[in-house]
Amino acid sequence: MSTHLVDVSGLDVRFGATHAVRDFSLAVAQGESVGLVGESGSGKSAALLALLGLHPEARVQVSARTLRVGGTDLLSATGPQLRDLRGGVAGLIFQDPLAALNPLLTVGAQVSEVLRRHRRLPARAARQEAAALLALVGITDAQARLGHYPHEFSGGMRQRVMIATALAGQPRLLLADEPTTALDVSVQSEIVRLILRLRAERGMGLLWVTHDLALMAGIVDRVVVMYAGRVMETAPVDALYGRPRHPYTQTLLASLPRLDRPHRPRAALPAEATAPGHGAQTGCPFAPRCPRRFSACDTLPPLFTDGATQAACWLLA
Amino acid sequence: MSDTTLPSLKPSPRRATSPLRSRALRARVSHALAVLFGVSLLTFLVAHATGDPVTLLLPANAPEATRIALAHHLGLDQPLPVQYGLFLLHALQGDFGRSFLYGQPVAPLVLQTLPATLELAAAAFCIALLVGLPLGVLSASRGGVASAALQLLSMLGLAMPAFWLGLMLVLVFAVQLHLLPVDSSGGVSHLVLPALTLSLLSLARISRLVRSGMQEILDRDFIRTARARGLPEWRVVWVHGLRNVLVPVVTMAGMELGDLLSSAVVVEVVFAWPGIGRLSVEALGARDFPLLQGTVFIAGLGFVLINLLADILCARIDPRIASGATSSGSIAP
Repeated sequence: MSTHLVDVSGLDVRFGATHAVRDFSLAVAQGESVGLVGESGSGKSAALLALLGLHPEARVQVSARTLRVGGTDLLSATGPQLRDLRGGVAGLIFQDPLAALNPLLTVGAQVSEVLRRHRRLPARAARQEAAALLALVGITDAQARLGHYPHEFSGGMRQRVMIATALAGQPRLLLADEPTTALDVSVQSEIVRLILRLRAERGMGLLWVTHDLALMAGIVDRVVVMYAGRVMETAPVDALYGRPRHPYTQTLLASLPRLDRPHRPRAALPAEATAPGHGAQTGCPFAPRCPRRFSACDTLPPLFTDGATQAACWLLA
Repeated sequence: MSDTTLPSLKPSPRRATSPLRSRALRARVSHALAVLFGVSLLTFLVAHATGDPVTLLLPANAPEATRIALAHHLGLDQPLPVQYGLFLLHALQGDFGRSFLYGQPVAPLVLQTLPATLELAAAAFCIALLVGLPLGVLSASRGGVASAALQLLSMLGLAMPAFWLGLMLVLVFAVQLHLLPVDSSGGVSHLVLPALTLSLLSLARISRLVRSGMQEILDRDFIRTARARGLPEWRVVWVHGLRNVLVPVVTMAGMELGDLLSSAVVVEVVFAWPGIGRLSVEALGARDFPLLQGTVFIAGLGFVLINLLADILCARIDPRIASGATSSGSIAP
């Protein structure tokens, strides 16, 4: 048994006929931080939700060879084991805190309920601890704001509340699903810094899902790039930026604006992103848009290892 | 830290302290008064347009002089606007006149029958809420037996008129099975059949509203968040979910309670229940204008008060209503 916080292999997620995540693998070590990057529809959020078993069973089919998070095997976990995992082992931060926080419960109640569930605090102690947590995430006058409702906070403050609820169970792993995407640009960097600070202070592992490849530099140790439900490349962040192996990663990086070379022509990806889609993928899903396509691409490439990098491309064979 | 609390974002005194701000409350109260005025005017006109109490009170062969004397005695010889004006003037002082039929002041007469009606309506309301609410929630969150029960009850409740349902219940439970009494004389067992009859329509409507509301709410992001916090499913459904469905439910429950008061008329007649409904039917039959006005006015007052209470309760459940904030967090009524 591995000591990894997250140990996933062969994960498939299907929404009826739509096959959102295909043969997905991921390992996150204790205290490691990993960025999961992909365009919208690449399956990154679907993969994240599967880590906590949050897909509704009636509508979404999840299967995997291995699906372990913090020692809990999600393939065989009972209800109570799942609930200990959610919020206790792994705290989850969602993209849009206005939609993700209950509009009719005070923020105090929403932080306290996690404390009562996972740390078994009595009501009064939970309230005190909730105030301490709100203060920790940078909410001033925390004691008084316990009684306020989410609509009474600004967007950035709401995301801080969301972070406080995710921290309340003292998780070893923080899962963040585009935590800054719904926020004003001026607030984004504050939230990023807050999450990084808390991660460092508490030694948590971090899995950060984003469509923003540039954001990952300086935030995470390792990046996993997804496309059409599959892992295209996984590499230490320096290797990924310095020497991307997969043509998809190369194109993504070439499309980023760069401060040091403002007039450099930026690459644009041709046509639509390949839908994760229906039916089997017989060849490389990126092939239709790939500038370096060749005959081998008609066959689905496995992940090839090159140093610390793994990439699903026949060029590395 | 551009995003930490600026002074202007701090909780200000503007934050609503009362559930409804006083201005909103004043608007509600004046609205209620207007409704009451309308109710009294309408009852007055309809009653006077449909029959003559003098004809009904006197034998058919009474001499014309007696008729005129009686009409004068009852104040019916005055022009309609004057009659209405006098009624209004006295009503504002709590005096609804004397019943033609009983020869007693109307107010005590109505107030005597009010407890029986309130008892019936309250019992029916409790049944509708205590069964309808859980049924709606369970049918949305689990389906299965709860869904089937909801289907059956709402079919019964929505399709069957109360008088028919009442008669059928009496036939089955009182006449055939001898489980429950038919008449209305005291005791909880006497309350069961009339209250059940009265409650079924409200029960059906409330449980259907709760079910459709819950079905929508359970798909919301914050429900997924609640699950991601590792909360037990009962808390996700009954706390995080139900609270967001309550505002339209409370609004409708208020209207239902008013509806129960009016449906009580039929049920009281079927079960010979000595309430305000039966009294008003009696008053209508005899064209006993003061008594009719009194019963309708008091029922209307109850209706208006209940709705006012529901509005205040809604503002307590959803603070965004009180503060005037608009958001898509909970479903629209």
